[in-house]
Amino acid sequence: MWQYLVKRLVSLIPLLLVVSFIVFMFIHIIPGDPARLLAGKEATAEEVEMARVSLGLDKPLYEQYFIYLKDLLTGNMGYSVKSGAPVSQLIGDRIMPTLGLTFLSIIWALVVGILIGVVSAVFRNKWPDHLGMFTAVSGISLPNFWVGLVLIQLFSVQLGMFPTGGAEGWSSYIMPSFALGAGIMAMIARFTRSSLVESMKQDYIRMGRAKGLGSRQIIFGHALKNSLIPVVTVAGLQFGFLLGGSVVVETVFSFPGLGTLLIDSIQFRDYPVVQAEILLFACQFIVVNMIIDVVYSYLNPKIRYE
Amino acid sequence: MSNLQTETALNIEPIKTKSDHRFLQFWRLFRRKKPAVISFYFVLFLFIMAIIGPFVTPFDAAKPDYNSVLETPSASHWFGTDEYGRDILSRIIAGARISLSVSVSAVTLGAIVGSILGLISGFFGKWVDKLIMRICDVLFAFPELILAIGIVAILGPGLNNVIIAVAFFSVPSFARIVRGATLEVKEMLFVEAEESLGASRLRIMFKHVFPETLPTIIVYYTMNVGTAILAAASLSFLGLGAEPSSPDWGAMLSVSRDYIGTAFHLVFFPGLVIFLTVLAFNLLGDGLREMLDPKMKD
Repeated sequence: MWQYLVKRLVSLIPLLLVVSFIVFMFIHIIPGDPARLLAGKEATAEEVEMARVSLGLDKPLYEQYFIYLKDLLTGNMGYSVKSGAPVSQLIGDRIMPTLGLTFLSIIWALVVGILIGVVSAVFRNKWPDHLGMFTAVSGISLPNFWVGLVLIQLFSVQLGMFPTGGAEGWSSYIMPSFALGAGIMAMIARFTRSSLVESMKQDYIRMGRAKGLGSRQIIFGHALKNSLIPVVTVAGLQFGFLLGGSVVVETVFSFPGLGTLLIDSIQFRDYPVVQAEILLFACQFIVVNMIIDVVYSYLNPKIRYE
Repeated sequence: MSNLQTETALNIEPIKTKSDHRFLQFWRLFRRKKPAVISFYFVLFLFIMAIIGPFVTPFDAAKPDYNSVLETPSASHWFGTDEYGRDILSRIIAGARISLSVSVSAVTLGAIVGSILGLISGFFGKWVDKLIMRICDVLFAFPELILAIGIVAILGPGLNNVIIAVAFFSVPSFARIVRGATLEVKEMLFVEAEESLGASRLRIMFKHVFPETLPTIIVYYTMNVGTAILAAASLSFLGLGAEPSSPDWGAMLSVSRDYIGTAFHLVFFPGLVIFLTVLAFNLLGDGLREMLDPKMKD
C-alpha cells in the first residue's frame, strides 16, 4: 500500500510541473505586455518599467519560470493589481467559505444520491426506479445558477427562511450548497443504481439468498458495500464539476468565496489573482483525484498490482 | 450481357436491403424508448426554431416597447415581458439559434479534434499514444468550467471565444473515448485481414476503424451538446459570453438577477428552457447509448 502511495505521489510531480508551467504562461499568452498587465491599467510608463524589473519580466522565460516556482514554494503568489494586497492573503481570506460550501454540497449529494440509487436498484424497473432516475437525469440537466435563483425567489423572497446571499451563519450555506450539489447528487444516484444492479447479479448474492438472508441484509450488508467502490471514483471525478460550479453558484448568492474572487478579478483584469486561482483550482482537483485513486486502490487491491 | 446485368443486380440488391433493414431495425427499436423519442422530437423542434425562429416570433425580439415593461405572463405575452418591454417568448425563440449554434459548433470542433487525436493515439500506440494521452491528462487536471473561464480570460469575453473554450475542454474526453474504441476495433479480425491484404495504415484507420468507432462518438456527441449548452449558458451568466443585451438564454438569466422578487418570470422561463433543452439532449443520448453502445448500458 505504501509503495503504491509513494508511486502515485511521485507521478504527481511532472503533472504539477506542467500545470504550473501552463498557468505561468497564462500571463504571457494574453495579448499585450505582461509588465503592463501586472502593473495595472492605470500604471504610468515608469511604473510599468519598475514592475518589469521587480517582477523579473526582463529575464529569459525559463529563468522567470524558476523564479515563479520558487515563489510558489515559499507561498508568494504575487500582489493584486486592484488592492495591492498579497494574492496569498486574498485567497486565504476566501478559501474557508468555499471549502465549507463544497464540503456541504458533496455530503448531501452523497447521502441523497446513494439513497435514491439504492431505492431505484431495489425497485428496478418499477415506478420508484423511474421516478428516481428521472430525478437524477433532471438533476444533471439543471443549470445550477437557475436552481440558485429559483431557491432565492422561493425561500428568501417569498418565505423569508434564508438570507439571499453572503456567508454569515450556517443558514447562508444551505441554498448555495443545494444548488451546487444537485448535479453531483444526480450522477451519484445513477452510478449507485447501476453499480448495485450489477452487484445484485453476482454469485455471492445468490449464495446469501440461498443461505436465507433477508433482502435488507443482502443489500446493505453485502451488495451496497461493493457497489460503492465505483461511486467513490465518480464522486471524485465530479469534484471538478463542483469546483467549476462553485464559481457560478457563488456569483448567484454573492457568496464571498474563491469563485466570486475569480470573476471579480477577471472583470478587473487583476491577472495575478486570476493566475493564482486557476492554479489553486487545478491543484485542488489533482490532489482530490489522487486521494480518490488511493482510496480506490485501498478498497480494490487489484488496482495496486497492475 | 444479360447474365452480367443479372449478376450486378444480384450483387447490389442484397447490400441495399441490408442497410435499409438495419436502419429500420434501429428505428423500430428506438421508437420503443419513449423518453428518447420525445426528446428527439423536442431537439428537432429546437433546431427548426433555431433556423426559422426569427421569422415566426410573435414579437420583435430586439425592439423595446416601453408601454409594456415587466408585464407578467398574459394571453398576448405568454412568458411576459422584460425590463424593456420585449416579449420573453420571442427572445427565447430567437435565442435558440445562439444557444444551439454555440454549443453545436463547440462540440463539433471538440469532437473532430478529439476523435482524430484518439484515433491516432489508439491506432499508432507507442510514443504517439503516450504523448497524446499525457496532453489529455494535463487538460483533465483543470476542472472543465475553470479551464473554459481561464481561456475566456485570455481571449476576452464573447461568443466565439466561448466556442473555443468549450471545444477545448471537450477535446480530451473525446480523445480518450475514441482511443478506447479504436483499441478494441484494432484487435478485430477484419483489421488484421486488411493489413495482410496490404492496405495502408491510414486507409485502415479512416476507412475501417473510424466507422466502427462512430456509434461511440455519436452517443458521446449528443450528451456533450447538453453539457456544452450548460457551460456556454454559465459563461454568459458570468458575463464572459454573450452580450447582456442579446437574447442568449444565459445572458437573459444574468440580467434577470436584478429583477428577482419583482418579476420572477424573467428568471423562470429562460432557465426552464435551458433545463428542458439539456434534459432532452441527455435523454436522447441515454436512449442512443442503450441502442448503439450496449457496453455502456447501465
